[in-house]
Amino acid sequence: MASNAKFNFKKSITDALADKQLRANFKFATDTLRGKRLAVFSDPEETMHLRKVGNGLKRNVLTKLPQLLEQLEAKCKENGIIVHWAETVDEANNIVLDLMEKHSAHKMVKGKSMVSEEMHLNKFLEDQGKLPLETDLGEYIIQLNNEPPSHIIVPAVHKNRKQIAQIFADNIPGVSYTEDTSELLAIARHKLREHYRTADIGLSGVNFAIAESGTLCLVENEGNGRMCTAVPPVHVALMGLEKVVEKLEDIPPLYRLLCGSATGQRITTYFNMIKGPRKAGEKDGPKEVHLIILDNGRSKILADKQLRQTLQCIRCGTCLNHCPVYTRIGGHAYGSTYPGPIGEILMPQVEGLDKKGSLPTASSLCNACEEVCPVMIPIPNLIRRLRDESYDMDGEGVVKGHGFKKSLVETIVWKGWKLTQVNATCNKLMLLGVQLFGNMLPKVGPLKAWTSVRTSPKFARQSLKDLAKKEGIRNE
Amino acid sequence: MGNNPAKVKTVYYFGTCLVDMAYPKAGMAGIKLLQREGVEVIFPQEQGCCGQPAYNSGFRQEAKDVAWKQVQVFSGNNYPIIVPSGSCAGMMKYHYLELFKDDPEYYEVKKFCDRVHELTSYLNNELKAQYTDKGSPVKLTWHSSCHARREMGCTDDSKALIRQLKNVELVEIEREHECCGFGGTFSIKQPEISAAMVHDKVEDIKNTGTKKFLTGDCGCMMNITGHMGKEKVAIEGQHIAEFILERING
Repeated sequence: MASNAKFNFKKSITDALADKQLRANFKFATDTLRGKRLAVFSDPEETMHLRKVGNGLKRNVLTKLPQLLEQLEAKCKENGIIVHWAETVDEANNIVLDLMEKHSAHKMVKGKSMVSEEMHLNKFLEDQGKLPLETDLGEYIIQLNNEPPSHIIVPAVHKNRKQIAQIFADNIPGVSYTEDTSELLAIARHKLREHYRTADIGLSGVNFAIAESGTLCLVENEGNGRMCTAVPPVHVALMGLEKVVEKLEDIPPLYRLLCGSATGQRITTYFNMIKGPRKAGEKDGPKEVHLIILDNGRSKILADKQLRQTLQCIRCGTCLNHCPVYTRIGGHAYGSTYPGPIGEILMPQVEGLDKKGSLPTASSLCNACEEVCPVMIPIPNLIRRLRDESYDMDGEGVVKGHGFKKSLVETIVWKGWKLTQVNATCNKLMLLGVQLFGNMLPKVGPLKAWTSVRTSPKFARQSLKDLAKKEGIRNE
Repeated sequence: MGNNPAKVKTVYYFGTCLVDMAYPKAGMAGIKLLQREGVEVIFPQEQGCCGQPAYNSGFRQEAKDVAWKQVQVFSGNNYPIIVPSGSCAGMMKYHYLELFKDDPEYYEVKKFCDRVHELTSYLNNELKAQYTDKGSPVKLTWHSSCHARREMGCTDDSKALIRQLKNVELVEIEREHECCGFGGTFSIKQPEISAAMVHDKVEDIKNTGTKKFLTGDCGCMMNITGHMGKEKVAIEGQHIAEFILERING
């Protein structure tokens, strides 16, 4: 979804909630994914231990990120990988374009990469007359339908089989409508194989980049990632700068956490470790491998000790599957590359609270995301932090766009509320007011929102404080 | 009558602002269940809200001022502080530490936090309360608040107390893990999503075929029964403390 389009969260929520098919698709999909995750992480003690290990590894990476990135760059260079640094998405997009121009490339086959979504790379390349083709099955489906992904791991999670059958029939020349999944798969495989063979350049994401050896790790199930990185003459890998890990031994726990959380697998069908281009005498592999390391606001996030925990994310998407809000409104409603709980904390930091500050309101702080996060990101706490910064009453905010919500009315309301809770006389007056008038309040403001689907709260004629006094409960 | 009169002599009771204003009977029932175990209950009249509404809404300083007030009100003695709400207990036990993490008051706050217990967990674990059911047979279900479940971890204690009541059949709802959509000011800031969540929760409760649900959190209860009222669903909600007291008194 284009980041420059005016973002109206409220409207997209209303639209998403009205779409019954969408809600049913999401409920079915997230229930399935949650069940699969639980089957793999069935021992709570073992899971907790693994999560603590994962958390420790990612925290360690973040404490020495600059050194690890330097080491990664040096090792990659030794291995023959050409490393590029991009501070902004514009820079990253232009690096990709330059590489395509240099190789007179027109057609690009793409493995799944959320960073490329963050860059809106497809649109950028199309505008330059290039042909970027998604090869992950989910991405392929939604690209055919001209849509952005609605999930980090399962991009076409919002579509059911019939809708996918229709997308194929409408968008692939010569294909007639079929709901048979194996037929649909065969059609996609046939089309994609043609593209792998004829593409000038292949692009992929990076799940883990190992600093000590300069190895790029790619986790996938379909084999399309391997095709994109091995068949075309040039391979370009994209990574956010937080994806680096220190050493090879760090991979098994993180890989296990990623697979188990994302798809409920112990291991995936493919785990690619890329350590450079084709060597002399080798028969396959790309002739050139490039790595683009993107910042896009990440180093600013790193600078704040609390917010930096956002960068621990390994993009498993399990917080989405467990979020009661995401399950109901779906990924597109967030109007952002990263939806769900992780998107609520990441997007406002990357794009600014003034642009994406409404996202952190879409959480009941039920802690389901925190309960399952494989690397133990305290998402609810970070949501609260961003809500604080949205009002930024003391002017000390660090997130771009802080204080965008500053409101005199809300400030007065909360200051008044505080007074009734810290001052005994004010508390008594408030309770008296509630007892006398609480049940007659006009249905405006917060009460209007509340009573749209609920009866008015009923306040008691005697407070607990009154009752306790009456019953002679000791006061102190 | 008490099972462990020698073990615990005195506790503080934090009633919560919502109980104070809207569900005082539930609050009083909690006090009586504690007294029944031979415990002396102190209810400081100067207490207020735990601070969670402001804390979750982005008004940290106000939350902190209110939190500090509670720490002071309960500082007379080192008695345990019993809270008839998993959500408020979670705020007081864990989030006060977060609020004061960089302040010199941290250690004083920490001592306060360590004394906080959710009511049913205290009754079940510390007091080992034993109940004899005097009521007629009834079928009901249980709703756990997110913070009772994920912060205080007291859902099993609440259910254990209900299961002691011989004539009560507890039917569990299918999606117990899922939030009812209250979330304090969330229900006001995102009313549509909250409405979708509470609607589904009510459907789940209806699917158990029971005519009553219990909960240990009055916020969830206000949300769920409010939606039931609007939708004319004939199911009653009650705080667990009030229900247990009714059953054992016959």
